[in-house]
Amino acid sequence: MTTVSKSARDFIAPHLRDIPKSGIRDFFDIVASRKDVISLGIGEPDFQTPWHIREKAIASIENGATRYTSNLGTPELRQALSDYMRRSFSAAYDPVSEILVTVGVSEAFDIALRAVLSPGDEVLYHEPCFVAYAPLIRMAHGVPVAVDTFRKDNFRLTVAELEKRVTPRTRVLLLNFPNNPTGATLDKEDTEALADFALRHDLLVISDEVYSELTYEGGRHSMAAIPRLRDRLIFLNGFSKAWSMTGFRLGYVCAPAPLTDAMMKIHQYCMMCASSISQTAGLEALRQGEPDVVAMRESYNQRRNFIVASLNELGLDCFMPRGAFYVFPSVQSTGLTSHEFAMRLLNEYNVACVPGTAFGACGAGFLRCAYATGIDPLKEAIDRIGQFLRTL
Amino acid sequence: MDPLLDLLKKNAREPDAVLAKELGVTEHDIRARIAAYQAEGVIRGFQAVLNPDRLADADVRAVIELRIRPEREGGFDRIASRISRFPQVESMFLMSGGFDLLLFVKGQSLQEVANFVSARLAPLEGVLSTATHFMLKTYKDQGVLMESEPHDDRLQVCP
Repeated sequence: MTTVSKSARDFIAPHLRDIPKSGIRDFFDIVASRKDVISLGIGEPDFQTPWHIREKAIASIENGATRYTSNLGTPELRQALSDYMRRSFSAAYDPVSEILVTVGVSEAFDIALRAVLSPGDEVLYHEPCFVAYAPLIRMAHGVPVAVDTFRKDNFRLTVAELEKRVTPRTRVLLLNFPNNPTGATLDKEDTEALADFALRHDLLVISDEVYSELTYEGGRHSMAAIPRLRDRLIFLNGFSKAWSMTGFRLGYVCAPAPLTDAMMKIHQYCMMCASSISQTAGLEALRQGEPDVVAMRESYNQRRNFIVASLNELGLDCFMPRGAFYVFPSVQSTGLTSHEFAMRLLNEYNVACVPGTAFGACGAGFLRCAYATGIDPLKEAIDRIGQFLRTL
Repeated sequence: MDPLLDLLKKNAREPDAVLAKELGVTEHDIRARIAAYQAEGVIRGFQAVLNPDRLADADVRAVIELRIRPEREGGFDRIASRISRFPQVESMFLMSGGFDLLLFVKGQSLQEVANFVSARLAPLEGVLSTATHFMLKTYKDQGVLMESEPHDDRLQVCP
C-alpha cells in the first residue's frame, strides 16, 4: 500500500490555516527594516514603568518571591483589584471567586472567548478595532461578525448598526472603548443603550477596557458600572496602558463566579498563573500608582491636543478623541488610499503611521497615529507630514 | 500647578505655538500668562540644565551646611540675605534639623571654594560653624537624570 506522507503544512489545523496572516504584517516589516523612522505607529506607552513599580519587582526577586502563585492570582492582588473596581467603576467583584489575574488582556480575551463559544457561535465586534479580535474569535471556533463605526458618530458604536448584524446565532457582543485605533469613547447613554441591546438579544458582553484610565474628558463610562448587565458581563482590563507596564504582561478578568470558574479551567491548564514578579509589580501600581496615572494622562492629554490641532491645521480632518493615545485622521482629502498615503509618507519622509485598513475595512481612508511618543518627535512628524502634503 | 508651568519646567524653550496647541489655548494667551508669571515673580528665570561631568571646564561644586545665630530682629533673614548675594552661592535654603542654612556653592577650583568658605563665610558675624562637602559626581539635577534612561527600544510599530 502506498501512502502519501504529509508535509509540515498539512499538520496545521484547518481553522488556523484559514486565518490570514495579519494584513499589516508586511507594513510592519518594512518599517522595522528602516532606520531613523519617526514612528507614530507604536501602540505602547513611551513612559518608562514608574520606578517605584520596577523597584518592587526587583525586590520581589531579591526576596525570592519567584514561585507559582494561586492560579487565580495572589490574594493580595485580587483584593486590591476588587477595591480598584469598586473605587473606579462602582462595581462589586468578590476577590475570592470573581477576579482572575491573567497574562495580559490578550490571554484574558482568549480564555473568555474559549469559555463561552461553541463552534459556529457568532460574535459581534466593532471595526475599526484592535487586530487580534477576529483571529481570536476564529481560534475559539466562533464566527466574527464585524459592525462598522463611522466618523460621523466619532466612531462610537450604535445600536442601529448592531441591529443590522445580530442573528439568532449571535452569542457575544464584544466591546473596546476607549478604542484602539480611533480613540473613541462611549457616553453614558451609549453604554445604557448597548446594555439594553445585549439584554434584548440575550447576549453575553465582553468589554475590553484596557484604556479606561486614559480617558481625558466626558467621564469614564464602563460597562461594569451597569448593574443589570452584571450577570452577562466579562470585564477585561490590564496594567499595560495605565501604568506603562506592557512587558510585565499583566491583565485581569472580572466576571460572575460561574464564568470566572469556566475561564479558570482554561487558565489553570494553559498558564498556571501570571508571573509572580509581575503580580507584585501590579499590586504596587494599584496601591501607590495613582499619581503616576494622573501625570501620564496629563502628558498624553497635552500631546493629544497638539496633534489634533496640528493635523486639522494641515487639512487632515481629525475628531478630538476622548480616550486612549490614538488619533484617527482622514486622508480622503488627499485622494490617496490609507495604504498609499502611509507607504509614501514612510518612503519619502520616513514617518510611520498605520493605514486604517489594518483595523478593518471601514478604516479605509483613515490613518492611525499614536501620540504615545515624545513631543519633539511628534513636532518633527507633523512638520514632515506637512511637507509631504505640500508635494501632493 | 498650572500645566503651563509644568511644561516650561520640562522645556522652557518650547515654542509658544506648540505650548498653545498642547494646552488648547492661543499663542497670545501663552505669552500673556508667561509675562504675568514673570511680573508676579513666580517665574524667576529660564536656565539650561547642564551635566558638569560632560563639561571641559566645569566648576568645582560644594554643599555647605551653615549654623548661624538668629538675630533678635529679623531672625535668619538678614544674615541669609547677605550670604545669598555672593555670586559663588548658586542655591541656598533655610533648613530644619541640625544646621540652619544649606548652600550650593561653586568655584573654579577646590582652593577657590575653600578660600571662599574660610575667608568669606566663616568670619561673618553670626556664623557659628560651617561644614563643607565637595560634590564628586552628578546623577540627577533639577529632576533631570544625567545618564538618560535606556534609548527608546520599543518595537517601531505594534498594533
